[in-house]
Amino acid sequence: MTNTTLLYDDRVTENVAATREGQHLWLAPADMQAATGWKLETEGLCRGDACVRVQPTWTKDGKVDLAAFARHMGQPMLEDGNAIAFGESVGTRHDALFSLEAPDFTLPDLDGKLHSLSDFRGKKVFMFSWGSY
Amino acid sequence: MWQAVYAELKDQGVEILAVALDTGGKKAVEAAIRAADCRERPEALARLMGWSPALWARQAPPTYTCLIDEAHVVAELYGITNVPQGVWIDEQGRIVRPAESAGTIDMVRSMNRETFEIPDADAERGMAHRDAYIDALRDWAKHGAASGYALSPEEVRKRMRGPSAADVLAATHVRLGRHLYAKGQLERAKHHFKEAVRLCPESWNYRRQSNMLDPDKVGTLNSGPDFWEAVDARGDRQFYPPADLGQTA
Repeated sequence: MTNTTLLYDDRVTENVAATREGQHLWLAPADMQAATGWKLETEGLCRGDACVRVQPTWTKDGKVDLAAFARHMGQPMLEDGNAIAFGESVGTRHDALFSLEAPDFTLPDLDGKLHSLSDFRGKKVFMFSWGSY
Repeated sequence: MWQAVYAELKDQGVEILAVALDTGGKKAVEAAIRAADCRERPEALARLMGWSPALWARQAPPTYTCLIDEAHVVAELYGITNVPQGVWIDEQGRIVRPAESAGTIDMVRSMNRETFEIPDADAERGMAHRDAYIDALRDWAKHGAASGYALSPEEVRKRMRGPSAADVLAATHVRLGRHLYAKGQLERAKHHFKEAVRLCPESWNYRRQSNMLDPDKVGTLNSGPDFWEAVDARGDRQFYPPADLGQTA
């Protein structure tokens, strides 16, 4: 299929040429990099300082298996129609939270202006959740 | 209300960040932000949430930062399971109080489910706790790290609940559900929010959100039979466990 939408971290990438085959999800390395930030290099799949060694079964005909990579990383993967969403691993979430360094995020206000938690560094921040419901 | 607290504490270096965990987005939350704070909501809700008449009288449209989190990302990042829950973050970006009820205590069993009215004794108890929570915030504003309410790293970790496999899977369902909602696939979106509720029955945000995605419900309060059924199913377990304001310093 060529019209897959991938949700990875806060990225939404539409019209990705991805082939679902059993447990596999084959992508061209360039598409994988665009959708996930993970780049196929000689050391493995790399993003930032991290590199993950590529297992022999993860590549075929010049494509990379994103589903196998996500399983290896402990990331949940869910599919609905042409949309495929990836979650975070328990370890990533746990480490981020228990480091006590407040995880950063960027969200819009009512006018669409983006704000990051890190904009408030140097102040005490009292953050509270609410909902219209 | 929080605006009154903000007016009081902002010159002491405190910023307030309100995060609306609301897949309905701007449409759902606009009225509540632009209107004079919660003025449009019945006064009974002020009593329910423990706001003293003095603070309730000082309602004003918020000048603090109000963000909209359609994918409930902040809930996932900080382990927030209800509203309102507060997190305190110091000048260095470290969590000094993890997610806990932000000054609200459990009233759901004594309240009238039509009018939200609660008995006077409960209202007094709620106000006392809300005042204590705000006093704690004032103490932190004044004393910073030396405040007994700014918890030690050990204490913060002790109070945190680590994410489980079900939590991260539920968050993935919500991520997918929010995407489908934005694409107009309402029924599929609802399915994924229900899955999140099934995986994380303790997340009241997911539960309420899953009930409030229909166009005619966006922006309204979830108090239907399904909600009360879920509350009743808790038995004696508290809906809003009060913040533990014991000082550690």
